[in-house]
Amino acid sequence: MAETLIHTRDLVKLYPMGDGEVRALAGVSVDIARGEFVAVMGPSGSGKSTFMNLLGCLDRPSAGEYALAGKRVSDLGGDELAAVRNRSIGFVFQHFNLLARTTALENVELPLVYAGVATRERRDRALEILARVGLRERAYHQPAQLSGGQQQRVAIARALVTRPLLILADEPTGALDSRTSLELMGLFQELNRQGMTILLVTHEADVARFAGRVLRFLDGRVVGDEANAAADARRLLGAEALAA
Amino acid sequence: MSLGALLRLALRALAVNKLRSALTMLGIIIGVGAVIVMIAVGSGAQARVEEQIRALGSNLLLVMSGATTSGGVRLGFGSGFTLSEDDAAAINRDIPEALAAPALRGGAQVVWGNTNWSTQIFGVTPEYLDARQWLLASGRVFEPAETAGAGKVAILGQTVAKQLFGSADPLDQVIRIKRVPFTVIGVLEAKGQSMLGHDQDDLILMPLATARSRVLGTASAAKQRSVGTIWVKVAEGYDTRAAEEQVRSLLRQRHRLQPGADDDFSLRNLAEVMAAQEASSRVLTLLLAAVASVSLVVGGIGIMNIMLVSVTERTREIGLRMAVGARTRDILGQFLVEAVTLSLIGGIAGVTIGLGASYAIAGFAGWRILIAPEAVALAVAFAFAIGVFFGFYPARKAARLNPVEALRFE
Repeated sequence: MAETLIHTRDLVKLYPMGDGEVRALAGVSVDIARGEFVAVMGPSGSGKSTFMNLLGCLDRPSAGEYALAGKRVSDLGGDELAAVRNRSIGFVFQHFNLLARTTALENVELPLVYAGVATRERRDRALEILARVGLRERAYHQPAQLSGGQQQRVAIARALVTRPLLILADEPTGALDSRTSLELMGLFQELNRQGMTILLVTHEADVARFAGRVLRFLDGRVVGDEANAAADARRLLGAEALAA
Repeated sequence: MSLGALLRLALRALAVNKLRSALTMLGIIIGVGAVIVMIAVGSGAQARVEEQIRALGSNLLLVMSGATTSGGVRLGFGSGFTLSEDDAAAINRDIPEALAAPALRGGAQVVWGNTNWSTQIFGVTPEYLDARQWLLASGRVFEPAETAGAGKVAILGQTVAKQLFGSADPLDQVIRIKRVPFTVIGVLEAKGQSMLGHDQDDLILMPLATARSRVLGTASAAKQRSVGTIWVKVAEGYDTRAAEEQVRSLLRQRHRLQPGADDDFSLRNLAEVMAAQEASSRVLTLLLAAVASVSLVVGGIGIMNIMLVSVTERTREIGLRMAVGARTRDILGQFLVEAVTLSLIGGIAGVTIGLGASYAIAGFAGWRILIAPEAVALAVAFAFAIGVFFGFYPARKAARLNPVEALRFE
């Protein structure tokens, strides 16, 4: 077993609502090893997004413990959390969240800007990552000039550019058609094969089947945690091409 | 993020909504422009007043003879004959720090060749030029013999010289005043208009005795030595107020006025009159600038308004920036720099427009303007401060957003 990257114990998140409060997470204890590709599934309101937000250091738990790469982050301050997000985590969102009127290259450079990397190095690293997701020649296009799949690949490049410990993808295929989704999952699988730890939130079994492990959430608890014989997106793509 | 990077980011964000940015700046542009114009015009007027005070001499007292009553009609100061040449002589004798110059004034028609001109005649002593700090452009002043013997000589003001002689040289020419021939012995330097718009060059000076006997003609023996006004110049470094009191008590004593009786003359300290005028013009400038700066504050509120809109519009952008590692101060800096950029560009544009308008006013209305670099710097600094002050709240609002909610914002 590889070393533990994510370690949570009895993670609880309460949201105040009206007079009382909502228990979005009701004690979640999960360990995820370096290099895993985990799909987090569950219906809406099951707590899977809350779980992702806590793992992504976008939010603090109400109770419980969260350690990332052996470091307790559940009690870090705002700026320290920002630094963790900047260096250790790459986010991929359903709606891409690229800056409009800003080139793909500058979008990818953004995390490096906040990391204080010098202009020249920033450019080189961003171009290198764009090449890795197959968009080197689109570096100077703006999001509006790119297809949905291309935009999501720019977002993945942005997530990868700081060489993070893990990638958190929240419904990354939610705004894409099935073929483009398949291509994207192929890219995730390739990144995972190269050693990247990936957590992917989805409510589609179709997407989750490409992960090596599936966590199922319901009412703020983990109700299922099983290994999965991952389907190979590349091969499926090939088969589809044959069928067409 | 570095300041340069933040500035570039701000310029790009402002360029996205060019019209909106321009309209937001407009308040600051108008405010700064108005402040610049008000200060330029106001300090121009103030400088003019100061210059006039300097030209007049800051140490001048004016004594006018008292009022007289003619057939039940009371005439103004200077109409009576309570002052005399001897009063002036007494001042010169008893108060060493004062130089008194008596003058008798009247109007007359002046003829040279086939041109004529109506002007003011001043009968004076040679001290008059000293007291009023008037200089000769050419020629000479009266000689003692001419003063004592009622010599028929005249010194012309620039306006009179121009009206009578045009470009010809008036020196040694003979002019006629009430049919009496006078030789022109000098021409005064131009003094321009007085503060009240009165032409100070439209006059002729001649010896006091000549004016009295030949031109202004007060035949009555009792009034043989009377004069209308006495200018008193106080020596440099001597308190004009003290001199004023000395002159007053000397004249009261000479006129045998009982304690408690009113002065039969009027004594004015011109420097004080001018200083009061200067103070009021300074207050006016301040007042105008204060009114103009109200529009700066209104402009600042406009900036705050637009920045709040901008923060709301860009909530997801803010969420994303936080997700990829922006710290609170990065977001705060981004929006603060954006607001300050708005107000600074507005301020610089306002200065440009304000300077242009000031010069236009100077050109078209002929007003004197004075543009102090400190005033310009102050206006720009004020615009900067407005940007910081009114930009801070929206920027803090942006920086305090919860990243989870910001990312989910529709």
